[in-house]
Amino acid sequence: MRPLTPRRISWICAGLAAILFVIVVFSLKVGAYPIAVVDVAKTLVRGAIGHWNSIPSSDRLIVFGLRLPRIALGVLVGAALSVSGASFQALLRNPLADPYVLGVSSGAALGAIISLAWLPHAAWTMQALAFVGALLTITAVYFLGRRGGQLDSTTLLLAGIIAASFLSALIMFLMTTVSGRDLRGMAFWLMGDLATPATVPLSFLFIVLLIGIGAIYTTASDLNLILTGEREAHHLGVNVARVKLVVYVGASLLTGLAVSVSGAIGYVGLLIPHVIRMCFGSDYRLLIPASALGGAIAVTLADTLARTIVAPTELPVGAMTAAIGAPVFIYLLRRRLA
Amino acid sequence: MTAPDIAANNASPGALAGWMENPVRLVVEQANYAYSASAPTAPNFTLGPVTFSARQREIVGILGPNASGKSTLLRVIAGEVKALSGRVELDGKPPADLPLRDRAQRIAMVHQESNLLFPLRVWEYVLQGRYPYGRRLRFENEADCLMAEKALAQVGAEHLTDRPMDEISGGERQRVVLARALAQQPQILLLDEPTRYLDIGGKVELMRRLRGLSQENRYTAVVVTHELNLAAEFFDAIVLLQGGKCIAAGKPEDVYRRDLLEEVFRTPLEIEKSASGRPRVILRGDSGEQAAESSQGE
Repeated sequence: MRPLTPRRISWICAGLAAILFVIVVFSLKVGAYPIAVVDVAKTLVRGAIGHWNSIPSSDRLIVFGLRLPRIALGVLVGAALSVSGASFQALLRNPLADPYVLGVSSGAALGAIISLAWLPHAAWTMQALAFVGALLTITAVYFLGRRGGQLDSTTLLLAGIIAASFLSALIMFLMTTVSGRDLRGMAFWLMGDLATPATVPLSFLFIVLLIGIGAIYTTASDLNLILTGEREAHHLGVNVARVKLVVYVGASLLTGLAVSVSGAIGYVGLLIPHVIRMCFGSDYRLLIPASALGGAIAVTLADTLARTIVAPTELPVGAMTAAIGAPVFIYLLRRRLA
Repeated sequence: MTAPDIAANNASPGALAGWMENPVRLVVEQANYAYSASAPTAPNFTLGPVTFSARQREIVGILGPNASGKSTLLRVIAGEVKALSGRVELDGKPPADLPLRDRAQRIAMVHQESNLLFPLRVWEYVLQGRYPYGRRLRFENEADCLMAEKALAQVGAEHLTDRPMDEISGGERQRVVLARALAQQPQILLLDEPTRYLDIGGKVELMRRLRGLSQENRYTAVVVTHELNLAAEFFDAIVLLQGGKCIAAGKPEDVYRRDLLEEVFRTPLEIEKSASGRPRVILRGDSGEQAAESSQGE
């Protein structure tokens, strides 16, 4: 008997943070204009202690102007998607749940597109509408996925897929009405793309991320019990209705946040929690922070590959994650049905 | 009528002294419940008034055919739903009015099935029973582990501690599920068809264990079951339900009447007394042509 301790969580998270750091340095180094690791380190240290003038201007522009903001966005999006995927899996008691598969990402994307099409200059509306879109979609999918008052996992997945295709149709319709805009850019964004810098300060986005993850983390013990069944959790003293409310709103917030800055990046929320479970077990007190770091690692790595694999052309990061994620989804599905 | 009144009425004068040491713990008096798919329509299912009481160390069996309201009655006792009228009290307090965690410290429910989404080890599962004793985001301490070990030992499953839940047999699993309920340190155990997936040896073993545990730990237990003979042999009281109505409640020898059981279960049977003085039901497969026809007609 070896119960989970805060110390074990700290050690595992520290390990994952170290891996993330290595990947970030690697990602800063590679690209159309490679920078030596030593120079990356020097630039980071000088930047951190405020000696801006001692950094060569080209390095400063590439590291702080281009690559670091993009990496930060990847970290943010990866953490948000992966935690919301883990949350949906527990609440819906479905190992295949993920914001992308459930259509929640499409709902958020529709919200974001509406704001782009009709309110292009208003600040924050993109984030706000993406959140509203995500929340409305998960509510609809939740009710469509019920059968005789019970959540049916197959019906739920079908409801998610139908919702995604319906929302995509609405998005296509909206996109044709904004013909004057850069359609290729929008199409890229829809596939999931980190190349466009966020219009909102990164620090604000990170605060929202921490609030979302923090709110979900307060229910980590409850989610462990909900995994064994809602009625059982209720009989063990879990206020299931409260937990559901907190986690649905929190996970929608995270999905909306991720989609509003990067479009619909698929499968991160599905894969990362599963990988973490395989490595460290399925206790949500560990799974949530570890998934956040794991998602950050995965998206940063995927984006680094996406911008270097066919350089100088860039792939959308969503194409990378889908190319890796879809086969794994099929594998998980077959294993579950076997 | 208050709890002591019922106890006094049912008991001989000598038993009154016994009542002082062993007070009535659970009182269900004229409790009923109804539910419907959508609130404004007429109820789909009504559980008529049910009355019984149980002391410490007593096991009450809820018997009846399918859809007779057994599980609903268990939900009412568990406080999961509140009785529409009448009285359900656990040590003088209605379970439905208790805060969730307090309730989970007093009442433990063993469910029909417990399917896990992700692999969990036996000890992790049993430790979940300690949840009601912690704050919101809790980490288990030494005392919780000791309690979980003790619970596993009580059901004879210490050797399973490190095994994954999905690799143990149905009988072992049922014991582990019971251990989680024991880890809650409840006053009352509610079991919903605990013997459902067990073979006959496993059924008798579980019943014997339940008997021993309730003696040792002063649990009151309420068990929904289809096992007429095991219930008669091991339980102190029987509540017989049919179509949401309480047909009879009392000691097994009072409830097990041939006419009553034949009508409720719609099958010809005979009742004997076993060596222990408990009633025993014998099903008649051959000589029941008439009864079989009439039950087909329904």
